[in-house]
Amino acid sequence: MRNITTITWLTFQEARRRRTALAALLLGLAFLAFFMTGFTLISNSLNRFDNPFTRTANYNLLLMAGLYVVHFLLIMLAIFASVDTVSGEISSHTIQTIVTKPVQRWQVLLGKWLGLAIMLVLYLGLLSGGMFLGVYLLTGYLPPNPVEGLLLLMLEALMLLSVSLLCGTRFSTLTNGLVLLMLYGVAFIGSWIEQIGTLFQSDAATTLGIVTSFILPVEAVWRRAAYLMETPLARNLPSPFSMGSVPSSAMVIYAVIYVVVAWLLAARAFAKRDL
Amino acid sequence: MPDLVIDTTGLRKIYGSKVAVADLTLQVPKGEVFGFLGPNGAGKSTSVKMLLGLVAPTSGVARVLGQAPGHTPTMGRLGFLPEHFRFHEWLQAAEFLDLHGRLLGMDRVSRRHRIPELLDQVGLTDQARRPLAGFSKGMLQRVGLAQALLNNPELVFLDEPTSALDPFGRRLVRRIIRDLAARGTTVFLNSHLLGEVEATCDRVAFIKAGRVLRTLGLHDLEMGLLHVELRVNALTPELTSALQSLGLAFRVLEDGPSNAPRTSIAQSSAPAGSAQPLVRSNGSAAAVAEADGPTATLELTLTDEQLLPVIAERALASGARLYALTPRRLSLEQLFLDVVGTEDSGQ
Repeated sequence: MRNITTITWLTFQEARRRRTALAALLLGLAFLAFFMTGFTLISNSLNRFDNPFTRTANYNLLLMAGLYVVHFLLIMLAIFASVDTVSGEISSHTIQTIVTKPVQRWQVLLGKWLGLAIMLVLYLGLLSGGMFLGVYLLTGYLPPNPVEGLLLLMLEALMLLSVSLLCGTRFSTLTNGLVLLMLYGVAFIGSWIEQIGTLFQSDAATTLGIVTSFILPVEAVWRRAAYLMETPLARNLPSPFSMGSVPSSAMVIYAVIYVVVAWLLAARAFAKRDL
Repeated sequence: MPDLVIDTTGLRKIYGSKVAVADLTLQVPKGEVFGFLGPNGAGKSTSVKMLLGLVAPTSGVARVLGQAPGHTPTMGRLGFLPEHFRFHEWLQAAEFLDLHGRLLGMDRVSRRHRIPELLDQVGLTDQARRPLAGFSKGMLQRVGLAQALLNNPELVFLDEPTSALDPFGRRLVRRIIRDLAARGTTVFLNSHLLGEVEATCDRVAFIKAGRVLRTLGLHDLEMGLLHVELRVNALTPELTSALQSLGLAFRVLEDGPSNAPRTSIAQSSAPAGSAQPLVRSNGSAAAVAEADGPTATLELTLTDEQLLPVIAERALASGARLYALTPRRLSLEQLFLDVVGTEDSGQ
């Protein structure tokens, strides 16, 4: 356990010393300030309408737009923060003095995973928590199921983290980054094929989209999260977040298993690899 | 059977179609400073990596401190300075050592005690709070060496430990190795710098193309022949006969202003204490033009150090002007070329 926490500590230190954490914090705060400014301006004009129903739906729509960006940023951050952590230390030989200590290789991997996961949780907490709090203080509005929704967003980041460590044990940093972005691209387009297929009642397209979701179920989990946090009215308004088909809770279970299995495969590949 | 710290049989590593290590069979007893010598690309580093569990052998058996390589608890009894000493450069030197102390399972108190001690030993006390990013290669190698010694290991692997060091650093590494040997630590020194090996090792193995060609104890050889370099103004017939009267074998390394290249000598053909003079230069050693200044350099082979003052006396008595009389240990370089072969693989 001590070995794992030491590596976790090291991962934090790296983010701190390399100013990654500071940059993420400052840019995150800038994003929040920008979002809240826009939200305030729009909510002021909404106050002229008396219909609380429309107002809530619009608050929800704005919040979902913000969360969609947070979801995207979180995925990108999960990729960029983790893409070099294993492959970089292998190619620079830094890993050699670490794994020749009385430490199991899987402990090194778990320590890194935990360190990065905690940082991503904090980042998600900062951005989405800041948005929720800001909106709540301004209007008293909170979306439905905020905790479940945010947990699902975190699940997306963990999926990319595990896949990144898995690819990092085999590929170079550049290849790993490319693979992750392409996987995300496939998941993204698969999700839209599913949506549009549902809209035009093409079963084949819908099935293709669902199958694509199994390759990397990030977008599927996002749509589930968005579905949970939307008001019934907002769900029916035309927007990028209204859904033709909503992934079931089975997809969430699949995603959790996906995180665990990808991590276990990463641990196995790392243990066997010549360093 | 002595207590073996390293014991391998037929260790082999193949990368794709390339044989990195063909057959590594060696035994290193406890407390020995063992030199692992070979040309570049001979498989030295791969061998060390197999012994540390960094690389899985294709076949063969290895025991390190009685366990399979990479056995987790046993790794706490080892030290390792890798050939590529790259570390987390955003850590300060003391933090870097603290991290590795933590990974070794050392408690806070012993880390606090041990880290300044080691920084002092490698001459980096003033750099303790500087990030490694600003370190020179030599400083990185020093801090890497400190890292390898944190846990007072029973067995230390040093892979080319002086590759980035200046003469001060090299002397320091030599002193550290001697200190380790005095404490009974086994040292596995991977090097192609023969001087380092010659100065520190008890025994060496010559490796080429992933195979141990020969293992030999350096102390045995020290007790054997002693090479002495003699520099005089000229190799006169009087000097030649004076040396011959002592029953000394010698060869001319340099004679006259033409700077003739070194001639090679076969070790085995120089019998110890031989009464036969052994002259291996082109032409007669006596037929040399006299000149001013040190123009003649001879290499004498003798068996007894006590002959050194006698040689000086006889040389002076013969009328020669003596510029240098330098005893040299066994020429490991010559031995290396003899065993490994003179062909440069270019790797």
